[in-house]
Formats: sequence, C-alpha cells, structure tokens
Amino acid sequence: MVKKIFGQIYIWLILIIMYLPILILMAFSFTDAVYVGQWNGFTFDLYPALFQNKEIMIALGNTIIIAITSALVSTLLGTSGAIGAFYLKKGFRKSVDLVTQIPIVNAEIVMALSLTILFVFLGQYIFHAQLFSFWTLLIGHVVLSLPFVYISVKPKLQQMDPSLYEAALDLGATPKTAIRKVLIPEILPGILSGFLLAITLSLDDFIITAFTRGTGLLNGEANIETLSTLIQATIKKRPVPAEMRALTTIIFLAVVVAVVCVSLYRYYQGKHKKTHAQERMSKL
Amino acid sequence: MKSNSTAIQRVANKKPHVVLFQRKYLCIPYSIFLILFIIIPILLIVYYAFSDATGAFSFDALVGFFTTWTKINVLFISIFIALQTTLICLLIGYPLAYFLADKKVNKNAVLVTLFIAPMWINFVLRTGATRDLLTWMNINGGNYPYLATLIGMTYNYLPFVILPLYTTMLKLDRSQIEAASDLGANPFQVFIKNILPQSVPGIVSAITMTFMPTMSSYVISDTLSEGKITLLGNYIYLDFSNTAWNDGSFMALIMLVIVGISMLFTRNKENQDSKGGATW
Repeated sequence: MVKKIFGQIYIWLILIIMYLPILILMAFSFTDAVYVGQWNGFTFDLYPALFQNKEIMIALGNTIIIAITSALVSTLLGTSGAIGAFYLKKGFRKSVDLVTQIPIVNAEIVMALSLTILFVFLGQYIFHAQLFSFWTLLIGHVVLSLPFVYISVKPKLQQMDPSLYEAALDLGATPKTAIRKVLIPEILPGILSGFLLAITLSLDDFIITAFTRGTGLLNGEANIETLSTLIQATIKKRPVPAEMRALTTIIFLAVVVAVVCVSLYRYYQGKHKKTHAQERMSKL
Repeated sequence: MKSNSTAIQRVANKKPHVVLFQRKYLCIPYSIFLILFIIIPILLIVYYAFSDATGAFSFDALVGFFTTWTKINVLFISIFIALQTTLICLLIGYPLAYFLADKKVNKNAVLVTLFIAPMWINFVLRTGATRDLLTWMNINGGNYPYLATLIGMTYNYLPFVILPLYTTMLKLDRSQIEAASDLGANPFQVFIKNILPQSVPGIVSAITMTFMPTMSSYVISDTLSEGKITLLGNYIYLDFSNTAWNDGSFMALIMLVIVGISMLFTRNKENQDSKGGATW
C-alpha cells in the first residue's frame, strides 16, 4: 500500500516536471508579453499573429513537404530493401543488416557531416557545381529515416508464414503479383509504422537539415528553413518568440489528439485480431 | 477459383518470371543507396581526417588535436557531461519504469504513452521552452551554464531512458522476486541480486540511447549554456560553419571510434545476458 502511494506520487511528480516547460509556454501563449513570466493580460492575439507570420508559415510548409516526401521515399526504398535482403544469402543479409545499423548507432552530427563532405566533394571534383538544394536535404532525411523503416519491416517478414508466398506462386500468381497481393498485405503494419516513424524523425530533425540544406522550396532563392532551423535561429539569443508559444499550444493539442487516436487504435486492434491471409489467398 | 487449364498455363509461364525477377533483386536500389550515402561518406570522413586542404595526405588534424588543450578539453567535457546525464536519467528513470510496469502501482498503459509524448513536440521548441523556464527561475546560461545544460539534457533524454527500461521491466519475473523475499532476502538484497540483474538489458540500451547523443548534441548545449559550453557536437558544427572540413572530420572520426568501442561493449553485454539472466 505504501509502495502504491509512493509509486503513484513519484510517477505524477516526474510527469508534471517533464511537462512543466511546455505547459508554461502554453499558458503564456494567452498573453503578448515578450518574456515568459511576464503577464500582460489575457488575449488571443498571438494565434492570428501566428498565422499571419509569413516566416513561420513558410517554415511549417517546408517541414511538412520534406517530412512527407522523405517518408515516402524511405518507406519505398526501405521496404523493398527489407524484402530483398530477407531472401538474400545469410552472409549478404548480415552485411546489409550491419550497414543499416550504422546511422542508428552513429551520432547524427557525424552522419550529417559525412554527407555534407560527400556533397562538397562531389560538387568540387565531379559535378563542378554547388550541389546543396532540396535534393541534398531529401537525401539527408532519407538517410536519417531509412534504417528505421528497414527495422520496422524486418520483424514482420520474420513472423510471416513463408509458405504463403510459395502457395501464391503454386496457385498461378507471378512473383510480382504474389509480392503485391500476399507479401505486402502481410507486412503492412510494419510498413505503416516505418512510415510514421520516418515522418516523426523528419519533423523533429535539426542537425541533418542544417548541414545538408540548400536554397529552394517555399524559400525560393534563400536557404530552406524548416521549423527546427527557424526556431533555432530565433532562440539562439532571444527567448522563444511570442507567436511560437501559440504554435506550441497547437502542436501540443495535435500530439494529444494523436495519443488518443493511437490508444484507441491499439484498443481496437487488441479486440479484433485476425489474420486475413486465407481470405486473400482465395481471391487470387 | 481459376479453371484448371489456365492454372497449368500459369505454372508453365512461371519459369521465365523466376529468371527475370527474383525477390532478392528488390534489395539492389537499397544497397546502392547504402553504399552511396552511408559507406562512402564515412570513408570520406576518414580521408578528410588524414589530409590537408589541398587533399594531400597529412597528420595535421591529428597533431592539432593532441597538442591543442582546448580540443582535448572539448572531448573530456563531452564525456563528463554525457556520463552525468546518463547517470541522472537512469536514477530518475529506473524507479519510474519500475513503478509504471508494476501492475500493483499502475494499471494505465496510456500513462506510459504520456511519458513518450513530449518527443513528438518539436525538439528545438522543447529546448527553447526549457531554457525560458530556467531563465524565469534565474538559472540561465549567464549564471549557471553547466547546470542549465545538464538540466536540458536530462529533460531531453529522459523519455529515451524510460522506454527501454519499461520494456524490460514488463518482462521481470515477478514470482522470482516474491520467491526471493519469501526465502528471507531483505528488499535491498532482492534489488541487488534479483531485480537489477534481470533489468541489465534495459539499462544497457538506455545507456546507448543517452550517452552518444549527449556527447554529440549541439542544440541543447548551444541554447541552454548560451554558447558557453562546447561539446563535440558544437565543435563539429563550428567546423562546419567555417568549412574546416579536415578538422571537423577528425573530430567526427574520434566520435566514430567511440561509437565503435561502445558498440563492441554493449554487444558483449547483450550476449552475456542472453546466456545468464538472473542468478539467485
């Protein structure tokens, strides 16, 4: 009993401390003071100001474009890589697994610097041009999230019944159809969680973006700014800008909605767990 | 069902498909990507670390590192702050994960998600929020740059410690723990000889999730110490801003070596765990 009370107090205490900075920033999104801790009276003014702030909106747009494109590319590449590697000979598979691990265990800034040096090197000696653009940024983000797609798909392939694919071939499906109609649906949960992970990683990234970005996207002739780089540049010497406090509230609410959805989905999934493999087989 | 004759035809047609397309070919674009953007860049780091601005072979960066006190200092401070952050995160996160996984204390799985949820709020924004709160409490980069950085690191890496520890704690053999106390072990003995050995895998992955990222972080130390604390990450960022590729590559190489060593270490540990487990 004592343990229970102590445990619960401890859990809630740490939870409150963890959320304190964000909650305070959110509370001060309803006053237009420059500093957190200074209350100028209640107002909603910061919210329209946020949406009228062109810099923030451009950065938000860039962040979303990069997150979606890089997540799509890494999901496609990572899923096909995981399927291919799964059917490689053991030695080759092990080496693909090992190289995939490198960006996960390696420090992000080392990966970022190594990519930057690659682009500098290629630009200097091979293309004789400045390479930094949206494309280098995209490659950077794909390097960041690709391994995570691979490791989310891999366990699903291991869990899959290997005879399903063979059965599909025996029933007359071509290898491509068998992959599309039997294999992909079997590993779909892994692909989806890989995609979501890729989006999260890309949205949050600062280092790779700062190193590999060039001009383009919604910034036109200027360097691409994402939310991370924009916020970093503004908070370097000053407190978090007032409009950003309103942005924090909005992001926080989005996260709350996401958490609720995920919890509901897990609850629903736990209730209706069924394999539809046989059903799909009969449709071939 | 398809009719019999078409099925036979398809089986007959199967062979050329197998020759033209095999599942393992799907790995080709992925492998090319890995070689181009992971292996070659790392080899380039090694090349740049041991060459000068003209591209000729040179030990300048290496000699520069071991003869410049500030550079060695950066390495020591990084290791020191990473050790402290890891230790503090473990001290806070370990009991927390234990309580979260204990059915008698917490039955609510959503609570665990709440501890992970801050990771979904933009990391730079969170760092800014922490800085603003600390400034309000008069702990800022001007007064206590080191303390502020340490608090910021703990804030950021705590979820990364809680998650692996929680996963391990869920697998704890509770009946073994009860048996231990029934056989007369006091709570301290139960912890040292049973709970702790059972949770080693979680501790190891918590350390790997915290130690290296802390050493190489840039935003947290830069924002919270107002540029007064230079970690390996800040140093590499500075080299990047000054396009000092050779010097930056050498620093990155040092970090690669540390990653390599820690990987070997954790790999041995994990092998031991899978063999042994708890020995009561």
